[in-house]
Amino acid sequence: MSKVDLAQFHKAFHEESLDGLDAMEQALLALDEGAEDPELINVVFRAAHSIKGGAATFGFTDVAAFTHVAENLMDEVRSGRRPMEKAVVELLLRSGDIIRDMLSLQMAGQPGASAESQALLGELSAMVSGGSAAPAAAAKAAAPAETIEGWDIAFRPFDYLLKTGNDPARMFRELEAMGPLTVSADLSKLPPLADMDPSSSYLAYTLGLAAGAKRAAVEGVFDWVDGDCDLTITPRVAAPAPVAAAVAAPAAPAAPRAVRDVAANSEASSVRVGIEKIDTLINLVGELVITQSMLSQFHDGVDASQLEMLRQGLAQLGRHTRELQESVMSIRMLPISTVFNRFPRLVRDLAQKLDKKVVLDLRGETTELDKTVLEKIGDPLVHLVRNAIDHGLEVPAKRLAAGKGDTGTLRMEAFHRGGSIVIEVSDDGAGLNRDAIVAKAVQRGIIASGDGMSDDQVGELIFEAGFSTAAATTDLSGRGVGMDVVRRNVMDLGGTVGISSKQGNGTKFTITLPLTLAIIDGLTAAVGEETYIVPLVSIVESVQVKADATRSVVGGGELFRFRDEWLPIVRLYDVFGCDGTRRAIEDGIVIVVEGEGTRIGLFVDELIGQQQAVVKSLEANYRRVAGISGATILADGSVALITDIAGLVRLQGRRKAA
Amino acid sequence: MNQPASTAVVADEAAQYLTVNLGNEEYGVDILAVREIRGWTPVTRIPQAPSYVLGVLNLRGAIVPVLDLRLRFGLAREEYTATTVCVIVMVAGRQFGVVVDAVSDVVEVSPSGIRPVPDMGTTVDTEYLKGLTSVGERMVLLLDVDRLLQPQDAQMLEAALANTDVKAVA
Repeated sequence: MSKVDLAQFHKAFHEESLDGLDAMEQALLALDEGAEDPELINVVFRAAHSIKGGAATFGFTDVAAFTHVAENLMDEVRSGRRPMEKAVVELLLRSGDIIRDMLSLQMAGQPGASAESQALLGELSAMVSGGSAAPAAAAKAAAPAETIEGWDIAFRPFDYLLKTGNDPARMFRELEAMGPLTVSADLSKLPPLADMDPSSSYLAYTLGLAAGAKRAAVEGVFDWVDGDCDLTITPRVAAPAPVAAAVAAPAAPAAPRAVRDVAANSEASSVRVGIEKIDTLINLVGELVITQSMLSQFHDGVDASQLEMLRQGLAQLGRHTRELQESVMSIRMLPISTVFNRFPRLVRDLAQKLDKKVVLDLRGETTELDKTVLEKIGDPLVHLVRNAIDHGLEVPAKRLAAGKGDTGTLRMEAFHRGGSIVIEVSDDGAGLNRDAIVAKAVQRGIIASGDGMSDDQVGELIFEAGFSTAAATTDLSGRGVGMDVVRRNVMDLGGTVGISSKQGNGTKFTITLPLTLAIIDGLTAAVGEETYIVPLVSIVESVQVKADATRSVVGGGELFRFRDEWLPIVRLYDVFGCDGTRRAIEDGIVIVVEGEGTRIGLFVDELIGQQQAVVKSLEANYRRVAGISGATILADGSVALITDIAGLVRLQGRRKAA
Repeated sequence: MNQPASTAVVADEAAQYLTVNLGNEEYGVDILAVREIRGWTPVTRIPQAPSYVLGVLNLRGAIVPVLDLRLRFGLAREEYTATTVCVIVMVAGRQFGVVVDAVSDVVEVSPSGIRPVPDMGTTVDTEYLKGLTSVGERMVLLLDVDRLLQPQDAQMLEAALANTDVKAVA
């Protein structure tokens, strides 16, 4: 058998291991909360076991050695020799972190045990060997009825076993690690040399393990070949009869075990796909959408007899296009649980550090989001959660004094609303300290006074950049660390973030995000000969403004009355330097848009209609343009630019400052 | 094919150049950088672009900027006619279109046949030229396509814009 380049499996191993570590962490956290499900313990054990196996296969000895000890500790728990105590959970959680780090270093090509991992390895070993009870004694105490001195194992692999990438020799070595092992091979099925297929397994083995290992541990060795062999494991209660012929296992071909590992671990319900491939596909579908809308404009110029057929065909094309588009888009969609899953650990660690009692309530974890959005929403959410626990939720004594339970609740909830995803992060803590925020904002010159501001308007202040300093956090009992960064990140995703808070009753952050970044709903607006697309999510309303509802401000600014507010008018032909045909305010249309929490009125000639736009990058071949977020292709094949509302608001702000 | 245009000259073998006309002058564009040649079609103007960037067009789904070579060199803009073409080039992974009066020929130029451009004191900035060569009686100016749409340009523009757009709209 030819030598297999194992390096090609490294990435798969790495990804699978990280998934395993995630599963392990979730199971440990559930165990920490007192769930008594033996399956959870098995999940942890299996994760450690397969990481160890994989690491050993690829020669990542550090990882394998470390995981081995962690696995042993877990095995003690699994076999009932050790209760699942807090200390064990804690140690295993930390081990998971270390393994994660080691794997990352390994993949980056810088293997090596850190001082931290050495220290933890020491702790693990100490617990495994010493701990509360010696393993052997514990085994006896736990199961006095079954005094096991060893195991007899009859192992008859099916002939295709080697082809599945399993190597009996490796399994025997694993058994050998538990105690003295004897192996004898039954050669009776061996065909004449000429007929022999070297990749078939002809041998059967009888094994004798002279150690009081637990049945689960022995069975664990054969986990991977379950169903690929006949296996009988009988405990040896009497003194072991030494098996005569100790034949070394035949030199089996070095098969790519990783293939099997990957296959066994990955769930049938998910597929890893290169993001470039999907992007191409989305591009193609985008083209198809354009073609379809191009075609749909033909149906009045056709001979009447063909009209009905054409109409039917077009309807079908339209339906198929839509379906295809939806299904392709869905490839990019992943449940938000991939992001939410990191929070139980974060909340646990933070609560422990700050001596607070917190229950994390996750809801709507199956809500799906675009992968790009998912990748970028994690950090802002971490920020909000940290803030909620650090500043929002009170310590138990303070909660009791306020007449609440000593345990605070942090709820994260995701759900669909319209064409958007909403993520709410709410706590039942102290809420924002209105007076302190107002005082701070006045001091920083953001507002003149807090009179007449609603609580929510006061809450908005914490998103101002001036609040992101360390001084602000110590002065305020509320929040404030980097909230402007949170808002900026959410804005970059085309979303919005809002806050509502009741002093004494907690705070709720609401993040609204578009389902995907690749397609937007937009309003097409004409300015002279040009067409611009205004993202629907930013639009508040389109209004026709009468000349007497506008005011000019010294310095050239122009305001108009929109309900109770005076909003600045931004004339698009002015900003983009094009030939708008309409100058008088009552001739055109003002689109009231909101970006970064500020409203402005965009003045355009007229509205053309609403359409879905496949977002294309302008930067790929050109560069960023202020006030423009990208481009799209219209039904006639021409290019239209998509306005960047947040950018226009910033431009307007700069204008004001000038 | 993806070789940067400028390194093609380093090899001692003759390189092929697509020659294009601009007024009475003939310019050479490294053929390895040329993706396609298309007729002139209207483009979508981009705000805040330098005058020589005419706008963007849809090249099979990609948004590609188009620049006018005459304007790039500070010449007067000509009316676009039936022979006006847009040469799509790819430089460092970026595509852009270059509008010229006409395309004329493909010529072979050996590295030894390239002479430095004398400082002619003309409107054409020698900065955008790699050199000049003779093809029979004709003189061909070899374009340094890499420099036609430079990032520095964009940065300078950005800096200038920070001031101008405030003034423009205030």
